[in-house]
Amino acid sequence: MMALSSNPKWLSIVRAAVERLAETLGFKAEHCRSITRAVDEALTNIVRHSYSNRRDQPITMYFRKAQPKQEGEVQHGLEIILCDRGPVADATKWRGRPLGEIRPGGLGLHLIHDAMDIVEFCRKGDINRLRLVKYLGQASPAA
Amino acid sequence: MQISTRRHDKVTIFDLLGDIDFANSPELRHSVLREIQENRPPRVVMNLSKVHYIDSSGVASLVEGLKASRDLGSRFILFGLSTSAREVLQLSRLIKVFEVCDNEEQALAV
Repeated sequence: MMALSSNPKWLSIVRAAVERLAETLGFKAEHCRSITRAVDEALTNIVRHSYSNRRDQPITMYFRKAQPKQEGEVQHGLEIILCDRGPVADATKWRGRPLGEIRPGGLGLHLIHDAMDIVEFCRKGDINRLRLVKYLGQASPAA
Repeated sequence: MQISTRRHDKVTIFDLLGDIDFANSPELRHSVLREIQENRPPRVVMNLSKVHYIDSSGVASLVEGLKASRDLGSRFILFGLSTSAREVLQLSRLIKVFEVCDNEEQALAV
């Protein structure tokens, strides 16, 4: 678990931690970079949109090895959950801009979805909860 | 991130050091737009060789610099992209929108 405030100064610290964690779990270098990018963009979205750039609001991150069993197989991976206490977010209004369009903004969501196998958002009580999962390559037979 | 500026003939070169993320991209955006609008250099070159990471807000700052340059008939050139920076520009399909060079000599010569 990692608890931090919504100050962007923490972004670089989180990136370093997530990249090392992904490396340790055995992800390829390109996936370590893309997972790190997804978490960075998700945190930035929380700071910008959930907390309207306020820098003293709480963000909690949970990390665990993802091991869902599906039809006798185990898929190893990394599950990251980001929680904030901002206002209710309407995920149906989250849209990235068309790629290749020459204008700033709207890229973060694309980078998150590109990187992760699962991107799920839900509201639980007064907490916005974003769940990101990336699996490690091919599923392996369950032991 | 550290931002420093050099002028070489009629070219302005931005030397950037460190990651570009939401904590500092507004400063980058401000510096680049001010240089373009106040000094109107015919060519702006962004030295990214010491930038390991750039996020979507950093890409947005570069896009704003590109647009401001184009509006004034200037060129906006990037060089020294890290693997991570190149990936972000490729994923956003903006890699072909920018002029990208391998090194400073090439960026000044093209």
